[in-house]
Amino acid sequence: MPTSTRSEMVCLKLVLVLFILCFASTSTGKEEEGIEEQFTEELLLRPLPDRKVLAHFHFDTRAPPTDSYGRHHRIFPKAIYQLVHKYQVREMELSFTQGRWNYGRWGGYDPIASSNVKPPGVELWAVFDVPQDQVDASWKNLTHTLSGLFCASVNYLESSTAYSAPDWSFREFSGNLRYGTLPREAVCTENLTPWLKLLPCRDKAGLSGLMNRSSIYRGFYHSQRLHLTSGEFNSKAVNYGIMLEQTLTVVLEPNTLEAGVTRSSGLALQPSWSLSSLFGREVGERCVLAKSSNVYVQLEGSLVSVLKNKWEETSAYEADTLSYEEGSLSNPSFELSVSPNRIIKEVTSLQPEGPSILYHYMMENYSDSKPFELEFKWKSPLVWSCPQAPLRASRFLMGSGNERGAIAISLQATKRSDDLLVADIDEKGCRLRVDVFQVVPWYVKVYYHTLKLFVDEKPQSQAGIIEKMRVSPSEDKVSPGVMELILRLPCGVRSAAITLEFDKGFLHIDEYPPDANQGFDIPSAVVSFPDFQATMHFFEDNSSNESPLVSKMKERSSVLSYTEVLLVPLTTPDFSMPYNVITITCTVFALYFGSLLNALRKRVAEEERRLKSKAAKKSGRVPLLLSKLLAKVRGRPWEPPQAASTSSSQISYKLIFKVILVAGIAAGWQYHHE
Amino acid sequence: MEVPPQKKRPWFWSWSIAAVIFRLVLVYFPSSLNLSSRPEVSTPVTSLRRLAEGYWLKQSSMSPYADFVTALLIRATGQNLQVAYGRSLELLGLSRVSENSEFLPSGDIAALLYLWNPFTIVTCVGSSTSPVENFFIVLSLYGACTRLVPLAAFGWVIASHLSLYPAVIVIPAVLLLGYGPDAPPRKYLLQSNDANFGDNLSSDSSSEHRGLKTPAVKPANFLWRPVVLFLSWASVWALYVVVLCWMSVKEYGGLWEMFKRTYGFIITVQDLSPNIGVLWYFFAEVFDFFRSFFLIVFHMNILVMILPLAIRLNHRPFFLAVVYIAISSMLKSYPSVSDSALYLSLLALFINELADIQFSFFLFCGYVGVSLLSPVMHNLWIWRGTGNANFYFATAMAYACFQIVLVVECVNAMLNHDRMIRKKLSTTKA
Repeated sequence: MPTSTRSEMVCLKLVLVLFILCFASTSTGKEEEGIEEQFTEELLLRPLPDRKVLAHFHFDTRAPPTDSYGRHHRIFPKAIYQLVHKYQVREMELSFTQGRWNYGRWGGYDPIASSNVKPPGVELWAVFDVPQDQVDASWKNLTHTLSGLFCASVNYLESSTAYSAPDWSFREFSGNLRYGTLPREAVCTENLTPWLKLLPCRDKAGLSGLMNRSSIYRGFYHSQRLHLTSGEFNSKAVNYGIMLEQTLTVVLEPNTLEAGVTRSSGLALQPSWSLSSLFGREVGERCVLAKSSNVYVQLEGSLVSVLKNKWEETSAYEADTLSYEEGSLSNPSFELSVSPNRIIKEVTSLQPEGPSILYHYMMENYSDSKPFELEFKWKSPLVWSCPQAPLRASRFLMGSGNERGAIAISLQATKRSDDLLVADIDEKGCRLRVDVFQVVPWYVKVYYHTLKLFVDEKPQSQAGIIEKMRVSPSEDKVSPGVMELILRLPCGVRSAAITLEFDKGFLHIDEYPPDANQGFDIPSAVVSFPDFQATMHFFEDNSSNESPLVSKMKERSSVLSYTEVLLVPLTTPDFSMPYNVITITCTVFALYFGSLLNALRKRVAEEERRLKSKAAKKSGRVPLLLSKLLAKVRGRPWEPPQAASTSSSQISYKLIFKVILVAGIAAGWQYHHE
Repeated sequence: MEVPPQKKRPWFWSWSIAAVIFRLVLVYFPSSLNLSSRPEVSTPVTSLRRLAEGYWLKQSSMSPYADFVTALLIRATGQNLQVAYGRSLELLGLSRVSENSEFLPSGDIAALLYLWNPFTIVTCVGSSTSPVENFFIVLSLYGACTRLVPLAAFGWVIASHLSLYPAVIVIPAVLLLGYGPDAPPRKYLLQSNDANFGDNLSSDSSSEHRGLKTPAVKPANFLWRPVVLFLSWASVWALYVVVLCWMSVKEYGGLWEMFKRTYGFIITVQDLSPNIGVLWYFFAEVFDFFRSFFLIVFHMNILVMILPLAIRLNHRPFFLAVVYIAISSMLKSYPSVSDSALYLSLLALFINELADIQFSFFLFCGYVGVSLLSPVMHNLWIWRGTGNANFYFATAMAYACFQIVLVVECVNAMLNHDRMIRKKLSTTKA
């Protein structure tokens, strides 16, 4: 019996072990074939025409869906995961920006400019997967959470005067979308540090090691962005549970020692730069948690075509015109110190300048002992321009004084718009669609009926131009005014302008910010061109292993630009006066009340006087005076002394008694409290 | 003494037509005057610009109340101000009121004073909507004087619908209908009736003559029939207005929303833009914690005086109405000069009774001074930025004080007048 039991036990154990092994193997197999958390880091560098360099960091963290993977993560930040689940966020974008993107010089057509460029201050929008009536509550909670996460005053977006619900002009699918901006928010390293904390390697290793605070904040433009997309609550099958995309876009000016060199052509040589001269650091130890770690150097289409022309000139029609594309870096215009692992060329370009080029460096080959140091050296001066959005949008104020004014949004045709538009003509007649989305705080009371349209500086009727319009007027202290417009401008348009008149509101003293005389910021308007897609077509052989940055650039997104923030000065009351105003006003009201009441009850006094004069004739003077005094003290209408004077003495005894009683109580109270 | 009306009319009409023409001429120079944006003229509830905005929003099928609240927007029709038309109607109303209640010169003087008052001209040319409100107030009083009960009720309902404050006129209207137009206190009449002194007094050429004589035959007893009729008509009109409003605003959140946006806006003093009242600055500066307390106190100030005034002046319902109008225009949340224009010219109806008013020169100078200084201070503060809010507030404060003194002195003078009559009575009795 015991032996049999033992053998049974052994059998059982074996089965158990086998089962466990099987399970383990299946589960590991599943994990290998299925999706895992992954993190990639990328950096894109692009020389800009005005002697500056654009550096665009792109960190991508993905977590698989909770139902297949569970709720514990190795790489994905827990704070973001919890936030997404708590508030059912479907999509969210938060950006902290300082400085203004120069659309004229740095471009407004490429994917980076149209999806990463943000208005100054904080911009937050989020789409929630909750029923309509809970969206506002979720938004409020989200703002508080983000405010805590990023050490910023995002919680000011909680109040209903600060955010709005755009219908269709901001994004296509805005059902549960809320949008809010804080134009005056100062952005600094205290916002960057928590943002870096979300990265698995923080800034200890990998590309984020380049982020030397002093060099980043010295830049001309600095925008740190966090975009997250979650497929957790969608029934649609999405590959990833949550995608967190963190980007930092910086425009830096390289330290130029040999900048003064001017060539014979009269053009200044573009400053050469290297990673260490830009950031003061090199890419050292790689982040081992990153699935891939790449650095790209992008040459824009227009630059490439300029280079090509140059090359053709100098090499005098030699056959090897395309050599620079093949990896030969010894072309006459510039030189890269490290040869790239790969060169990615745009296949077909929508833009007339021609295809752009990406030089791809893989960080896997570098280590702490062999740091990656890239140097970009210009050899000959070049002039090129960045691709522009079809119309350049700018916004300004008109009028003077603190009572009223007007907002004007002006759209100026850029150089490229006509070549683009020629390609865009179809049978229906050439029309350029422009979407405008503008939020105006309630204290700027815009009169939407004063909307005026000017096309090529001539006034136009609204009917022909405005295709669709939605206005939700502001409500004092409750909600901001939102204007959404779809304009259809004729193709050959040189300039267009919209003006709106407004009255300036007067606020309660508590509603003014600390520096009230500086004025109030009106958030940027969003002008988008849905007919134009900022996208790049790269030839990529293995799409499965594609880098997130490149796939982001391949994504179709409409060209979008932000206008300037407006500074509206508002009238201020005297902040030191509340007590004076309260007392003076109350005095006037008391004057009204008292004097009118006095005028109304004068008859009593008159009769009194007559009776008194009658009585005075009859009786003696002293008791009369005494009783009159008493009557005054007691606040009763004075009665002529018909009774004997004993009554008055009784009254006086009573009075004295009362006075003593009150004094005693007062003394006792005082004593008790001491 | 009394000039026959046939003789009076051409003179009167020529002047009133001249006033209308003067307005029309001024209306054609709007750009140089730019009155419609003056804070003295247009307040948030009477501004034509806001009306236009509300109308535009309405056209684009949105809730007009979501934006600015103009108490006038209740009518779904887009009203364009036919200012001159309203003006002449008002003139008619006034002159006929005067015909009925007082003796003619005062009525004509009041009407002409109204027409030629710079305040009214300014509000008319500045195309504010307040003349319409004034018109309905006067219509109601006229109806009450002439015992056209439906008209009185209609005027009252529309006026209080437009700007809420005329609702207090219901008391003088009821008294007017119950007791008839202004007369000296009934007590005196009873006394004089007892002593048969009616004939003696008839030698007085004052207006009390008629007032004394007619009730002397039939001593004043309150006529309940017109009052009940008035109240029922008022409820009919109110129902009518409410139904109309309901029909026009039902797609924008219904009546409750409308009341909240219109009357709520008037009562809670949401808009803090400067006007000639004192409340805007007060509520811009007062601590939020006390806001509701002071709102209650300031509105109570209007209401609390209703009863004492009604008791003291119940024999002069028309004067009572004028005093109510003056008080509410002084203490209302968004006052404009057209409110004071209305009560100033209505006071002229009592030119005979108020002849011995005190401080009249001082008050006149005060009004002139304030109306000159206030635009200057506003310009200094808002446009030039060299002054600050206190400058403008000081003129508003002075204006409030002058109004208070005027009202108090008028009440005083009226009471003194009655007192004088009684003295006469008692002396004749003795």
